[in-house]
Amino acid sequence: MTDDIRSEILLHVNGRTHRLSVDNRRTLLDALREGMGHTGPKKGCDRGQCGACTVLLDGRRVVSCLTLAVAADGAEVTTVEGLADDGELRPLQQAFIQLDGFQCGYCTPGQLCSAIGMLAEHAAGWPSAVTADISPDGPAPELDAGEVRERMSGNLCRCGAYPSIVRAVLETASREEVTR
Amino acid sequence: MNAFPTSASADAERPAGHRTVTPSADPANPPMSAVGTARTRVEGPGKVTGSVRYAADEPMQDLAFGWVVTSTVTRGRIRDIDISAVEGMPGVLGVIDHRNAPRLNLEAGSFFGPDGGMHLLQNDEVPHSGRPIALVVAETMEQARSAAAALRVTYDEEPHDVNFSLEHPAARPATSFFGEDATVGDVDAELAASAVVVDERYRTPEEHGAAMEPHSATAWWEDERLQVIDSNQGPFLVAMTVATLFSLDPAQVRVRAPHVGGGFGSKSAGCGPQLVLAVMATTTLGRPVRVTLTRSQVFQTVSMRPATDQRVRIGADADGRLRAIDHASAFEVSELADYLENCTELSNTLYAASAIRTRRTAVPVDILPPYSVRGPGATPGSFALESAMDEVAERLRMDPLELRLRNEPTVGPVSGLPFSRRNLVACLREGARRFGWVTRDHRPRTRREGRLLVGTGMAATSFGAGALPSSASITAETDGTFTVAIGASDIGTGARTALSAVAAEALRVDPEQIRLLIADSDLGPAWSAGGSRGTTSWSWAITEAAAELRSQLGDATLPLTVSFDTTESLGELPPMERHSYSAVFSEVTVDPATGEVRVRRLLGMFAVGRVINPLLARSQLVGGMIMGLSMALHEEGVRDPATGRHVNADFAGYHIAAHADVPDIEADFVPDYEPGDPSGIKGVGEIGTVGTAAAIANAVWHATGLRQRTLPIRLDRVLEERVGAENSATRCDLR
Amino acid sequence: MKEFAYHRPSQIREALTMVVGNEGAQYLGGGTNLVDLMKDGVEMPTRLVDVRHLPLDGVRAAPGGGLVIGATTTNSDAAAHPEVRRRYPALSQAVLAGASGQLRNMATVGGNLLQRTRCAYYADPSQPCNKRSPGSGCSAITGEHHNHAVLGWSDHCVATHPSDMAVALAAFDAVVRYETLDGTHEIPLSEFYLPVGATPQHETVLPSGALITAVSLPKSAVSPRSQYRKVRERASYAFANVSIAAALDVHEGTVRSARIALGGVASCPWRARVAESVLQDGAATADKFRAAADAELSAAKPLRDNGYKVTLARNLIEAVLTELAARTK
Repeated sequence: MTDDIRSEILLHVNGRTHRLSVDNRRTLLDALREGMGHTGPKKGCDRGQCGACTVLLDGRRVVSCLTLAVAADGAEVTTVEGLADDGELRPLQQAFIQLDGFQCGYCTPGQLCSAIGMLAEHAAGWPSAVTADISPDGPAPELDAGEVRERMSGNLCRCGAYPSIVRAVLETASREEVTR
Repeated sequence: MNAFPTSASADAERPAGHRTVTPSADPANPPMSAVGTARTRVEGPGKVTGSVRYAADEPMQDLAFGWVVTSTVTRGRIRDIDISAVEGMPGVLGVIDHRNAPRLNLEAGSFFGPDGGMHLLQNDEVPHSGRPIALVVAETMEQARSAAAALRVTYDEEPHDVNFSLEHPAARPATSFFGEDATVGDVDAELAASAVVVDERYRTPEEHGAAMEPHSATAWWEDERLQVIDSNQGPFLVAMTVATLFSLDPAQVRVRAPHVGGGFGSKSAGCGPQLVLAVMATTTLGRPVRVTLTRSQVFQTVSMRPATDQRVRIGADADGRLRAIDHASAFEVSELADYLENCTELSNTLYAASAIRTRRTAVPVDILPPYSVRGPGATPGSFALESAMDEVAERLRMDPLELRLRNEPTVGPVSGLPFSRRNLVACLREGARRFGWVTRDHRPRTRREGRLLVGTGMAATSFGAGALPSSASITAETDGTFTVAIGASDIGTGARTALSAVAAEALRVDPEQIRLLIADSDLGPAWSAGGSRGTTSWSWAITEAAAELRSQLGDATLPLTVSFDTTESLGELPPMERHSYSAVFSEVTVDPATGEVRVRRLLGMFAVGRVINPLLARSQLVGGMIMGLSMALHEEGVRDPATGRHVNADFAGYHIAAHADVPDIEADFVPDYEPGDPSGIKGVGEIGTVGTAAAIANAVWHATGLRQRTLPIRLDRVLEERVGAENSATRCDLR
Repeated sequence: MKEFAYHRPSQIREALTMVVGNEGAQYLGGGTNLVDLMKDGVEMPTRLVDVRHLPLDGVRAAPGGGLVIGATTTNSDAAAHPEVRRRYPALSQAVLAGASGQLRNMATVGGNLLQRTRCAYYADPSQPCNKRSPGSGCSAITGEHHNHAVLGWSDHCVATHPSDMAVALAAFDAVVRYETLDGTHEIPLSEFYLPVGATPQHETVLPSGALITAVSLPKSAVSPRSQYRKVRERASYAFANVSIAAALDVHEGTVRSARIALGGVASCPWRARVAESVLQDGAATADKFRAAADAELSAAKPLRDNGYKVTLARNLIEAVLTELAARTK
């Protein structure tokens, strides 16, 4: 066993495969931003405390700032740049624009990826901290504003676009959950 | 295209011919619809696809990364910085500290005077904890971070003082840069003659702008010019500060701030530490250097709102007429730089009273230099004044709304000047109507829903409006389009969208025909996105330039460029009381067993002049109210009482409101118009924040009967002993 | 962050040999805590052994009616699992009350038990902290300790354990299963965490290099009637000031069984056995619940600025038991 401080890794980002040599210290966020030119994911805190760096890793939302790039070797990564289908904005992105679900836009890539991941979690029947009855035998939790707020709370927005973001998610949830 | 109802009526009050320079005021040519129409952000598609670039996103050849090292003691001197362990580390290009840093011009500062906050690495003194004391530069950010951690710094510590209060022995009168303290009438006599007197202390903690984008600067030299990409609120003013600081010809410095991830004041204080250090590093090392602050460094090294300690005395007659307002306000400053947290702004202008006295006191302590954070002065000041007004209403057993209505002044209570357009009453009445205020039982602790107590509260608010000198140039292109160039910045306000609309209206073309260039100091002198004066200042320049261009267009050859500087026009404005107004209403629930406070409803009615874009303006107002909510319930920079160190300098410790804290928020406009502005606009950036904390604190009192005079309204300040006993009998029969 | 090597074993024994006997080696789970601490310079591993590709993922039924949750099961999967929700609802609620959706997708059950305190002094290598740097002193006792311990602390450390999940696990008598080169071992969670004493740097009984492989939950009659409640300074995405996991079985007005554990009050999840014994076979009344809370919290020693936690814990015990009693009468 050799203790190399660098690793050769493969990352499949937005459908394209990248072969990279990374310093093991490099986070997935920095690998995307500095190594692959994907500056969509943002560094707001670098500590998992704001959500601006959220990407989908093998379909699940994660904070890329606490994910080591080497530990993501072989994974499928979707960033905000990969959400639109061939330049066609998806319903959630359109709703963000129409409802003004952002101001400075810095948290937006994370909010969008988080919302897409969150909707998949909801579609899978996952409860949340505000789900009144978490029993698996009852009906799946309805996605109301309270549920969206709780499930999206890992994405801070200092401009205070929260109400518009929640509205955008609710207005497009059924379409986004179907398109998955 | 817009999901919200628009408030086209906001223009209804507009007079027919107020200023001849405004093309749209020409009755033969009615205004186009660009201004007043809800339009989505022009950069929206870029923001939802991740393609717009912020300061740390610009790709750059041969880029090196700087990592800031900050002091771990609060006061003292650097004994030694041992770089031996760092020099040989992989990728390390250099260490810059006070021994080898370029010398700076110590006159550089803000309009308050020289600002030692910018004079980094000039000596061995440590004036506050978290002060940048070195920069480590390396090929990659991982290498830079590792090397910075390996730097061994030793200090000779000196005793520090961070124990701020109104009674601090070093307290001194604050700068009168924005006007003298008020002394109108005989406050003591009026208080003595009052039927009720409220005399209370209100405290607010250190609060941070905490924009989501950490400060980042990339600097390099190119053809004898210093090129900078930086996250800031005003590239022109920053460029001028850099030129002064580094003793450069202003023409040598170019600062760009293409997209900025929020500011809230934190990117307005001259020249941020990231930029000072990036310029030092590129100058020393001769290659492009990027310095990005960590989140913890953002908290510890860029300006914050100082803590305030305010005593408010209000005397009133039994019918609610105010006899006296006495507002003594102290705030923290640093010996490094002067600053004014103008907490008494509202006390000077919001209510009529026979006597008004304001006193502003600065208390120097060993902290980083405070500076403006959204709604500076007015925001903590409003919390004190509007809480005290609620206490007056409480003691008079009067509707707090009625108390405000009863003390409406006809001229500036201190200045004696006329109001340009005062629309507070409209905000109060319309807000109360929409909120359903009329059904409120004004006695506290009367509403209960299960384990929760429910209460409502309100506050009135104003915020100064105006414009500052700016210049714009407009080129009529040969293809029928117009290029509008102005050194504005868009920190999330929607400046690109709003200014395109203003230019379109002024030129009487469609916004699609406008090509707007902003965010570049080379575009000429311009005020920054600050003081709720960005859009007003820039719009004024654009409007005047457009009028000038239109007057020359006739038979001119294209392309034709016209520039306009508003300095003179602004000087012609008669002095008046010019303010935005709002009334904020809130409903909260309180669980007295846990101290948890939740804002269930928040409604603001605003008089902010003519509204350029209701969609974007509403977003700013709602966002401002959320920052006020966050201030009311969450935000508090905490210092270790023993070490003076900021101990919650991250987002896990310094809480800002998250999704789950924020209800759907109502914000709307009453018809308003600013006659002193060519476009009739005021400003919407800050007023949303100003009154919200008091409205929430007053609602918490109404729910619980307990007055919250210290922010934030933490759960331990609300929590009650033995509430279970009170509830259990009614809640359920357990047998 | 210092340079380190990274390995991704697929077998447990392979993982153990990479870590046992190598002082700089550490296991990497979701990384949500370890990577964070590495950035602060608090943790400086020279070798990371990624355990997420070991066959330790998933929730399965245990012989005897309990559940076994594999150590690399993510928090999200544990919380969403139908059997966890059905049989141990407070566990599901506790996990869902922790962190954010993103972090729960990364964090693992094994790693959650080994979370380090969120004491700001622990995370700041420039400041004294006995847990990080034994013998350097505790900054929090005289410094900022608004959210520090009120129970079981020592003069050496007043930090709290930040986990929500572990609070529910403590209430349900969970057992930690771990592997060493000698084989498989089990220890009740109640014995897993060490008292603070004079050695706050030693937090658990895990031998050096041992790998947590699973957490098992014994079958319980009372656990389906359980609830987790967390009070914090924001409505979501914040660590607890005080939290409680409680289960209550009431029959004809009498408590047949009660389980209570508190979070945010001590260096480990605080199983409230004193309160439980007061409740056992007594009347399910608010008076009795209050008496149980008082009995448990009589041992509390608040610091200068965290006395509110005693009140809060007492109110929470009473409130949650009252709710559970109303549900199960």
